[in-house]
Formats: sequence, C-alpha cells, structure tokens
Amino acid sequence: MIVDLTKMHTGESGVIEDIHGGHGVISRLQSMGIRPGKKMTKVSSHFWRGPQTIKIDKLRLAIGFGMAKKIFINVKR
Amino acid sequence: MKDICRILLMGNPNVGKSAIFSRLTGARIVISNYPGTTVEFTQGQIKIGSQRPMVIDVPGTYTLEPTCKAEEVAVQMLKTGDLVVNVVNATNLERNLYLTFQLLEKNIPVIVALNMWDETKHQGIHIDVKKLEEKLEVPVVPTCGLTGEGIKELVDRFPDVEPLKIKPSTDSEKWERIGDIVEEVQKLTHHHHTLLERLEELSIKPFTGIIIGIAIIYSSFWAIRFIGEGLITYMFEPLFEKGWLPLMNKLSAFLGEQNFLHTVLIGNLIESEINFGQSFGLLTTGLFVPIAMVLPYIFSFYLILGILEDFGYLPRLAVLVDNLMHHLGLHGFAIIPMMLGLGCNVPGALAIRILEGRREKFIAATLMAVAIPCMAQIAMIIGLVGQRGGKYLAIVFGTLFLLLIIKGLIFNKVLKGASPEILIEIPPYRLPQLMAVFKKLWMRLYGFLKEALPFVLLGILFVNILHTLKVIEFFSNIFAPVLSGLWGLPKEAISALIVGFLRKDIAVGMLGPLNLTTKQLVIGSTILAIYFPCIATFVVLIRELGIKDMCKSAIIMVVLAILVGVVLNLIL
Repeated sequence: MIVDLTKMHTGESGVIEDIHGGHGVISRLQSMGIRPGKKMTKVSSHFWRGPQTIKIDKLRLAIGFGMAKKIFINVKR
Repeated sequence: MKDICRILLMGNPNVGKSAIFSRLTGARIVISNYPGTTVEFTQGQIKIGSQRPMVIDVPGTYTLEPTCKAEEVAVQMLKTGDLVVNVVNATNLERNLYLTFQLLEKNIPVIVALNMWDETKHQGIHIDVKKLEEKLEVPVVPTCGLTGEGIKELVDRFPDVEPLKIKPSTDSEKWERIGDIVEEVQKLTHHHHTLLERLEELSIKPFTGIIIGIAIIYSSFWAIRFIGEGLITYMFEPLFEKGWLPLMNKLSAFLGEQNFLHTVLIGNLIESEINFGQSFGLLTTGLFVPIAMVLPYIFSFYLILGILEDFGYLPRLAVLVDNLMHHLGLHGFAIIPMMLGLGCNVPGALAIRILEGRREKFIAATLMAVAIPCMAQIAMIIGLVGQRGGKYLAIVFGTLFLLLIIKGLIFNKVLKGASPEILIEIPPYRLPQLMAVFKKLWMRLYGFLKEALPFVLLGILFVNILHTLKVIEFFSNIFAPVLSGLWGLPKEAISALIVGFLRKDIAVGMLGPLNLTTKQLVIGSTILAIYFPCIATFVVLIRELGIKDMCKSAIIMVVLAILVGVVLNLIL
C-alpha cells in the first residue's frame, strides 16, 4: 500500500513511489538522493509534526513534516 | 593541454572539499563535519611544475540549479574555472554522481576525486576505480582529504584532463545512467554496526535524542566554564599580577601621574594602584581584558565547538530543535549560525547564508544580533556581573533568552510568509582527530587576537582621546535623559555605548570603573548586548541582508534596547 512518509512506521522500509509538489521541491529532493524508485527506511519521527528522518543507501536525511507529507512510499503491510 | 589558471573544487556539501583544499594549498581554513561549513569561496595557490594556478574552494552544492545563496555562489564560480575537481563522497557514490554528470555536461574539464576513500573500507563498500574511470571517461582518483592520501596522484593527473563533448540529458536519463554505472562498479558487503552507528540512530530518535541533546549541551557549557575559569584563575591572572604588574608599576612611577602619556598607557590609578580591570590604559586594561579575561573563554568555547563540529553533532541538534525554531519563524538549521554566533557574531552572520529566504535571513540576523552575545562579551559579563552573584548572571542571560523567544514569536506572526521546511543531510559521526581539532582551534584563536586586540586598543585610545577633548561629556549630556531617566544609569555610561560599536567586550569592561550598583550593572550589560551589533558584524550583515533590511533590523534593535532597559529598570 502507498502511504506518505509521515504515516510510515519507524523502522519500516519501502520504495519511494511519487513526490508531489513544484519543480523546485522535486528537483531539490532528487538532487539530494530522494527520488522515485529508491528504497528507503524511516529512522525516526519527531514530536508535534516535527522532522522525519530517513535512510537511503548510506545517507541519512531529515525532512520537514510538510515536505514529508508530499513524499509517497510503497510499503508492504 | 592549455594553461590552467583557475581550479575549482566542487561537490556536494560535506564531502571534504575544504580538507582537500587545505591539503592542496597548505592554506588554513575551517573544516567541520556538517553540510554548509563553507559559505564563501576561499582561494589559494598551488605549484604544478612551473605553473602556479589558483585553487578555489567552492561552497558545496547538490545541483547546478541553485536553491540558496551558498549554492548560487557555487554556480557563478563555475563560469570562471578552467578545471573542476569534482570531489565525490565515495560512500555515497550514486547521489554524488548526479552533480558529476551535471558538471560533465557543461563541457569543461573535470577530474573526480573519490574522497573519504578510507571510510568505504569500514562500511563494506568496494568500488572498481578503473571501471568507474572508463564509464565516466574522466580521471578518477581515490583520496582521503584528512590524511592526504591520494592528493599527489590527483595533482599528477591534472594534465590528463580534457573537456568532454556530452549532450545535455534529462534528469531521468541521468539517473538511469548513474544507476547502471553504480551497479557495475560498486559492490556492497555486509558489515556490522559499530557503536558510533548505534549512537547515530539514538541521537536522532525523539526520546533518546532529546536526552542526549540536553546532556551534550549541558556538559558543553559546563566544560566551557570550567576550562575558561581554570585558565583565568590559574594561568592568566597570576601571569598578569606577578609578571606584568611590577613592570607596569615601574613604568607608572617613571611616567609620573597626571599626564597624557600616563593616562593613555597606564590609565587612572584606582586608590593609587594600577587596577587591570578599571585603569583603562592601553598597557593595563587594554591587554588584560582581551588576553586574561576573554581569550581563556574563546579558547574553551572553540575547543568544545570544534569537537562538536568534527564529531558531526550540529546537524542532529538542528533536527531536534526544528520544531521549536519553527515557532520563531526559522527552521532547525538556523541553530548553526546561532551556535557560531555565540563564538563571534561575524562567522554567525556569514553562516546565515545557509538559510533560504529573505524572511528567514532577516529573522535569524536580527535574533542573533540582539539576543546572542558573543563569547568575548559573555566572558566579560561573567567576569563583571558574576562577581555580584550567579543570580544576576541568570537575569542578564535569562532576559536575552526571553527576548530571543518573544521576538521570534512576534516576527513569525507579523512577517508575511511561512518558515521553510528543514531538509538536511545528517553526516555520520566521526571521531574528531586531535590534530585537526587543534589546528582549527589555533586558527580561530589567531583570528580572535588579530581582530580583537587592535580594536580593543583602538577603542581605549579613542575613549581616552574623546575624554580629553570633552566629547564624551558633550554626548553624555545629550543622552542623559535616556540613560539616567529611562534606564537609571549614570550618564557617564555613554562611553561604554560608544565603544560598544567597536568592541562589545571592552564596552562591558567600561562599566567597571563607573561604580555601578548591581541593578545598574545588570541593566547596562544587557543593553550593551542588545542595542547594536559591533561594527564588524554590522558590515557583514549589511552585505548579507542588504541596506534596507539592515536598517529595519537596526531600528528594531534600538527600540528593543530602550524598552528592555526601561522594563528592567522598573522591575528589578
């Protein structure tokens, strides 16, 4: 099933399905290695709509809550 | 090969460009373990045969489509280079190659430095360098900037570099090619998680992260205070009292009191003795304040900050405080300029560049200039106000902290627009290397002495001259209604406010000889922190914010200083 990044469980893995948003956001995320087709794992989620941290390959990234809402991941549940 | 005049070091943030730059040129620059350490380009020369080309350390960028000021600088620089050394983090080959392809399509000569080569071994990453070179059609050299491994080979291959003629491709075509290349040249083997890696996870999880964060911040402040106080009490004060004072006493007797030279060099005798804190001569207070009162704290602060930077803790702190910072109109990454600002507002102001928009920059700059005193000023406040009791220190710093919060909340409500979202890469923890930490510390201490000493001495000279010419008297009468009427300070405190434009540390020191009550001292030092940045910070902020925004920011500062002074005067 497909969920946005904020709905993923901590420790859960999945494949990035789609990123919504303007060209600016998409290309910025993509240049940092966050793009459709990549496998990723959610590391943590901070309180009160705080940043979400993820792991892609050996990369660790922190993404603000609002931006994380626009990243959709295919997870096995 | 044509002559190479300008070599650009380009790559993603935090891949070690500055370390390689430092290896190539021998130049001393700040190297840390977080993305965005370098916000301005730095240049230096190297020697290749008979040529002496310039090497330029360009701020890191993920893409050639810039998203912030630091990245804009990078893209503009690209047009000026003859050769690009594309520094690539070998542990993140795929992501890094995206920029490599963008660079190759610009049809300028590119050589790839496969940096952090040492880390690939620990992480179970095997890269076939020969094959990668064949695929990219440009030279690829494994390097390790911190140890210097591979740097010579890198330089040796500069002459081999030729520009490629590559047609522009779309992003998805690029990723597809990168995917194929990585598949072919890179092999991953399983490796066990190390203790550091476990700590990495724990420090970005909410519960454990906050506990670790509080522990780190608390112990950092404790260590800064402990080391700073220790150095002052056991080293610098005895040095001045036992070594320097006898010399100064002789000089004082030789010059004879009550003449201009005595006033300038030794200053006023307090109860017919030299008082390093209050005499205000060039050779007494002028040396004692920067060296014995401030330098120990600068040393201890930058030692601790350097360790935190190299360890890679700062980006994690940024993630932890992101939520709080959003309420102030900023995002978590803004904690980095603030932390640097605690050392000295100038690098803090420069680091504001890592923030995206005009609104954010304005908020961050104004918050920092008002509510983040630099370490030199903090040291003086601790020295002066601390004598009257820890409670009063708490009032000064508590007021500043409250001001930071309230002002941020108001800005966030009043200024149009929303705070952008945080999006940062979190580097792995790396054990700080002793040599690297001390090199950086020495650079910063040297920078402090070079910048601060002349300004402190100039400030003291300036005030002595103004006193002699009765200019201070003139100003103190003009500003007496504000100083005495609103803030309850003696009108002579104007001299501290005047010198505060030059240096904040010596300005706080000038409150010393005024025989202030504790309340007056608290009000005076708080206002000195708020009312205006020192000239060095001011100049940088004009450049970063533009004249218009800086004027707005300055008006806010003056108004706040007046308000806070009045409020403190009423409630204390």
